[in-house]
Amino acid sequence: MSTPLAPTKNDLYAYTLRQADNSMVLCQRLCQWAARGPELEEDIGLTNIGLDLIGQARSLYQYSASLFDRPVDENDLAFLRDPHEWSNLLLVEQPNGDFADTIARQYCYDAWHLPFLEQLTASNDTTLAAIAAKSVKEARYHVRHSSMWVKRLGDGTEVSHRRMQDAITAVWPFIAEMFIADELDQRMLEIDVGVDLRALQSAWESQVSALLANATLSKPIDVKAIVGGRQGQHTEHLDDLLLEMQALPRSMPNHQW
Amino acid sequence: MPINSHNTDSVLSHIRSILDTVTDPEIPALTINEMGILRGVEIKGDSVVVTITPTYSGCPAIDQITDDITKVLAEHNYPSTQVALVLSPAWTTDWMSDEAKEKLRQYGIAPPCKTSLLDDSQGDPHVTVIVACPICCSFNTKLVSHFGSTACKSFWQCADCLEPFDYFKPI
Repeated sequence: MSTPLAPTKNDLYAYTLRQADNSMVLCQRLCQWAARGPELEEDIGLTNIGLDLIGQARSLYQYSASLFDRPVDENDLAFLRDPHEWSNLLLVEQPNGDFADTIARQYCYDAWHLPFLEQLTASNDTTLAAIAAKSVKEARYHVRHSSMWVKRLGDGTEVSHRRMQDAITAVWPFIAEMFIADELDQRMLEIDVGVDLRALQSAWESQVSALLANATLSKPIDVKAIVGGRQGQHTEHLDDLLLEMQALPRSMPNHQW
Repeated sequence: MPINSHNTDSVLSHIRSILDTVTDPEIPALTINEMGILRGVEIKGDSVVVTITPTYSGCPAIDQITDDITKVLAEHNYPSTQVALVLSPAWTTDWMSDEAKEKLRQYGIAPPCKTSLLDDSQGDPHVTVIVACPICCSFNTKLVSHFGSTACKSFWQCADCLEPFDYFKPI
């Protein structure tokens, strides 16, 4: 029997939803910086990245919704699912912490997200490829921004160096998860719809190692990985994030502006 | 002009001339056609189908643009308009004409360079292009922030005339 060339509707729904959840959760985190940034420009910078991410999330949720087996829309998917139904990476749900924590999370994600999208532009699924081709241009600016801050804080003052190093150490347990391909990733890769996550790892490591060295930061070693986001096993931080994000639609169902 | 006129070309060119009055709400100096947001105009039955593409994924102006298109066509006796949103091919600043870029500059926004000029700097995020001040034309400018007043712009300052200005990011 030959390999099926098209994914099942369920697989495509679940795969698209994962990418949407990453963008949505990270967007919500970044927007929590609004009016709290260390300087006005950074307030605008972080929320602008959030704006790109919510745009990407909307395209992905709209596509997911079209694949679901009963009528749902993008808002149902974003606002009416419980934490265990979310499939984002654990990295993106981690709290903002101080500015260095936010930048460490952002850079580690951006350095993964950009090559992920570059690969996805070649997907056999034309909708995913189109969304990726649009998003990849935005992601280039994101990584440019976050890497600039890693360098500036790492190779900055004694205090900024210490905080940036602590932040890198704190996010490191969540890195391994980005490169683990589960059965769904594997199925989507085999039919040239999904991304080869393992192939992203070496490029990520060499790029991140080079930047950390340049920023006089050290790469954490012997870190125990924490995983489970794709399977709906989240850290407690996602509960708080969703509680805030979903409060209005859940307390006033079907409201209209 | 009646939509069911036999002269489809002149109907389409009439519609296009009406759409030339629709501007980007965040950059009123340019029309949606000059921005490259307008991708196509068709007649389907009794309806006008206008195809547009967003500049950035999260561009909040797109809903306003959709409303503006529907409204202006209705005012010119085209009551039935469908606005279709497409993502592919992804919007690029290279679709702006030289005239459009000059209008941007006169409006006070430094126009984007060609995206092909960025290829060399992609690997190194610290390499940026040199941007001329849209007010005094000095090249003695510096990047203040990668993100400006909207997603599509970065924020700069001129070291000669001291004016802050937006640079339309090539994308």
